[in-house]
Amino acid sequence: MSGTAARRPGPLLLGVRHHGPGSARAVRAALDAVRPAAVLIEGPPEGDALLALAADPGMRPPVALLAHAADDPGRAAFWPLAAFSPEWVAIRWAQEQDVPVRFIDLPAAHTLAAETGPDPDESDSVRLDPLAALAGTAGYDDPERWWEDVVEHRGPGETDPLGAFEALGEAMGALREAYGDGGHARDRVREAYMRQRMRAARREFGDAYAVVCGAWHVPALAARTTAAADKALLSGLPKVKVETAWVPWTHRRLARAGGYGAGITSPGWYAHLFAAPDRPVERWLAEVAGLLRAEDRQVSPAHVIEAVRLAGTLAAMRGRPLPGLTETLEAVRAVMCDGSDVPLALIEDRLVVGDVLGGVPDGAPAVPLQRDLTRRQRSLRLKAEARERELELDLRRDSDAAKSVLLHRLRLLGIGWGTPTASRGSTGTFRETWRLCWEPELSVRVAEAGIWGTTVPAAATAKAESDAAGAAELGEVTALAERCLLAGLSDALPAVLRALADRAALDTDVARLAQALPALARALRYGDVRGTDASALATVAGGLAERICVALPPACAAGLDAEAAAELRGHVDAVHGAIGLLDGEGLRERWAAVLRALAGRDRVPGPIRGRAVRLLLDEGRLPADETARLMGLALSPAASPADAAGWIEGFAADGTLLVHDERLLALIDTWLVRVPEQAFTDVLPLLRRTFGAYEPGVKRSLGELVRRGRSPKPAPGGAPEGFAPTLDPTRADAVLPVLGLLLSGPPP
Amino acid sequence: MTMPENDKGADALRPHAEDAFAEELKVLAAADDKPRPTRWKLSPWAVATYLLGGTLADGTVITPKYVGPRRIVEVAVATLATDRALLLLGVPGTAKTWVSEHLAAAVSGDSTLLVQGTAGTPEEAMRYGWNYARLLAHGPSREALVPSPVMRAMAEGSTARVEELTRIPADVQDTLITVLSEKTLPIPELGQEVQAVRGFNLIATANDRDRGVNELSSALRRRFNTVVLPLPATADAEVDIVARRVDQMGRALDLPAVPEGLEEIRRVVTVFRELREGLTADGRTKVKSPSGTLSTAEAISVVTGGLALAAHFGDGVLRPSDVAAGILGAVVRDPAADQVVWQEYLETVVRERDGWKDFYRACREVTA
Repeated sequence: MSGTAARRPGPLLLGVRHHGPGSARAVRAALDAVRPAAVLIEGPPEGDALLALAADPGMRPPVALLAHAADDPGRAAFWPLAAFSPEWVAIRWAQEQDVPVRFIDLPAAHTLAAETGPDPDESDSVRLDPLAALAGTAGYDDPERWWEDVVEHRGPGETDPLGAFEALGEAMGALREAYGDGGHARDRVREAYMRQRMRAARREFGDAYAVVCGAWHVPALAARTTAAADKALLSGLPKVKVETAWVPWTHRRLARAGGYGAGITSPGWYAHLFAAPDRPVERWLAEVAGLLRAEDRQVSPAHVIEAVRLAGTLAAMRGRPLPGLTETLEAVRAVMCDGSDVPLALIEDRLVVGDVLGGVPDGAPAVPLQRDLTRRQRSLRLKAEARERELELDLRRDSDAAKSVLLHRLRLLGIGWGTPTASRGSTGTFRETWRLCWEPELSVRVAEAGIWGTTVPAAATAKAESDAAGAAELGEVTALAERCLLAGLSDALPAVLRALADRAALDTDVARLAQALPALARALRYGDVRGTDASALATVAGGLAERICVALPPACAAGLDAEAAAELRGHVDAVHGAIGLLDGEGLRERWAAVLRALAGRDRVPGPIRGRAVRLLLDEGRLPADETARLMGLALSPAASPADAAGWIEGFAADGTLLVHDERLLALIDTWLVRVPEQAFTDVLPLLRRTFGAYEPGVKRSLGELVRRGRSPKPAPGGAPEGFAPTLDPTRADAVLPVLGLLLSGPPP
Repeated sequence: MTMPENDKGADALRPHAEDAFAEELKVLAAADDKPRPTRWKLSPWAVATYLLGGTLADGTVITPKYVGPRRIVEVAVATLATDRALLLLGVPGTAKTWVSEHLAAAVSGDSTLLVQGTAGTPEEAMRYGWNYARLLAHGPSREALVPSPVMRAMAEGSTARVEELTRIPADVQDTLITVLSEKTLPIPELGQEVQAVRGFNLIATANDRDRGVNELSSALRRRFNTVVLPLPATADAEVDIVARRVDQMGRALDLPAVPEGLEEIRRVVTVFRELREGLTADGRTKVKSPSGTLSTAEAISVVTGGLALAAHFGDGVLRPSDVAAGILGAVVRDPAADQVVWQEYLETVVRERDGWKDFYRACREVTA
């Protein structure tokens, strides 16, 4: 082909932007034009053995090449590759042409040994700052946009396939002269290693090989250095044993800026740019229109036409050769979305990022998560058996606690090896019973969970964080928080609790809030048993309780039917119990104020009012006189009999109180006698439900009390039936030793 | 139309944009070497520069007319350049009218072809009316016709403006459909039509969170590109806007100037922004949003009301108690739902905040 003659002597150096579709297109064109005898790629040489798998039909990008320390899967590095990554294109080109392809970057054995932990930046050598300098020189304020205009938006029909690479290499050379190593000191070592590998390639293929690497490295690879100098740089590097694997990747993880993400904010858009044969803007906007139509928005072809025109005009105004993502999205917002950002968020999520999930062939080496799990199983003496068996754990013992944590983590990851079952015999919170059964398909689950991380705790943490972000309802997040505590995932807690606080703040249904609170209070108690730090959880639970305090009175006064009232009454009980478990005197005071408000408000249904009075009475916050007054009001002739019966149901859910307080019993008695005949049949089922649930003993005592009729007494301050008016010190003292034993004795 | 010439608005209380900034427009036109659409006074690039401000090659400084995201202005100008009609949406106080006036002034050099939308805007204001004396004397003719601003803009190839489009009754709104899609306005009485010449376009403004207005029909909506003007991006910008407007209004109402009130203004703006955005200023806690719009315009009226209270019944210093009632009134529009939202906000956000004790107490007082 032409072009080759004008080329500089030496190997073909193709400087690219990682994950740049324009770079990928240009790389393919350049390789087609020059036809090198071998292709070298910036990547860990340990991956060479796995390169053959890239040609497997089961391999679908995005995938990532993973290298981790053999004895510590937590120390790992990823090299994500999408279909539009220049490196992937180069690998596939070499395989189609049957040309050798190799990775030439510094071996992961050294990079992983040099660091104490994984350094995700190492996989991403897009040197943004030097690009900013280049873009600034060209008059752009955004370096990404400059790169896109100059390189990524190159149409397929460019004449000189190598021109851009030459120009870019020169520009980078000028930059590196001005900026030195740009603050990336490790690059010198990596580049020395790459040069060594290039020397080896030259011995084999002469100059007829190509190198695909980050544009930043091009000047260093073209530089003439002595083999001895490079060797000196490379001597004495620390080393660990490394294992490698292909793992499936997703566009969403490519888009993630932190962690192992590639920091590509718009993988979906790039994939489109790379895949679209022509008219990328028109095709893109048609795709957007299709998505909006699927979401029941009216978008006609006329909309698409107008959006294309607007995007084109915007690009022209901004002096860009082709509308970019910004222009098309702005056009979509103005033309198709009525200026609203809501549908735009959907487009961002589904198209700009996208849901693409990669896949690796079945024969690929095991993922490190499986290895990590095997290691843990061995150290905990917990064998993966297909036979079902039961496991009793005492969480006060360290080894049992570790087993419990592992099983909970696996459950979070969707690996249902153990299922918790009800403990037999003991109900203590320190006991757990599991049913274990290792089904063969669980290995598949482990492989699937491999995308979350390389070790069980890391994967479970990542999964929990992602679940928290994606949870639709408050209840899901509270359950998740509880499971995180059980699984000892304190790293995931901040993210989960944040999601929890956000959901709680926006939830307008007090019933859901009330449902969430007991789970949190319970989680706090578990946290105590397992010694996890749960102070953040306590803060969130406190906030949740505050919101309930504010929202409960209006919700109760909103004209509820009997069923809704009964449900809310249950919530009042549950919240009362939960608030009792939470620290904070102020909170309890506020809750008492809420109960008082509920007790005194006429529009609140009887059962809830009665319940509120009872809870206040039990806590000693309501004097007996006041209780009697409220009961008298609730049972006065002006109140409807049904409501009064509900009040009794709420107040006297168990009958012991009535046995001991004759005044209250008398009030009920008086009311019952006064109920008109026709109303009596209405309230009878309610009353039967209330009194029928009493213990037989209580029922009998009550019956006797009622048969005996009103006792003539109770003088004010008088003692209840069966007790002397004053304390008998000798009889009281006799009880004290037993009480002391009960209250301060050693735990069972 | 016969109107006394008032010598280019020199004495006018509020001169039109094209008069007030005539000098800038002239300099821009001279420096502008980019292609201009037919009958545009400036190129799209120069129009955007006129609105956003900038420094020209010869050192002339163009003052910014609109302080906000650059892309808003660029999309608006590009829309006009593709001869699509432009709909500017936004809550009160987001400079919709201001932007539309300056766009018309920069594009066509004339911002006066204006239809003010009200519930009583008749069809004649959109299409044409008749000079009845002439109609009775000479019968229907073009001379007896009184053209609307829209019709004049079509004939001259310039920019028409419709303010508060959603306040106009739906049937009157829909007269725009023919104008925008066929670019023609038939006059059946004469068997004639007015065809829009190149350069004609229309800018409409509407309030997007107003209740009880006439929603645009989907047929009409399709003919517009919509740009939503955002509320001020930062608290400082909003405090600045509120303080400036309150100062102007205070002078008009003869209220004493209260420089110490800036702290209260900041507080009102903070409360409004947090409730509006559903997120506290530190970005850590989410809060529910009430049903009201809580626009900057409302914040201004709360502060002005508080100032009046302080001046006439207090010691002249704007205090938390002066604004608390106003805030409550602006936030709690729906007594059931908004009350809960407001109380939750008070208890979970305001109570804990340093230096907000007095405000919390004042709010509790008016809320209870």
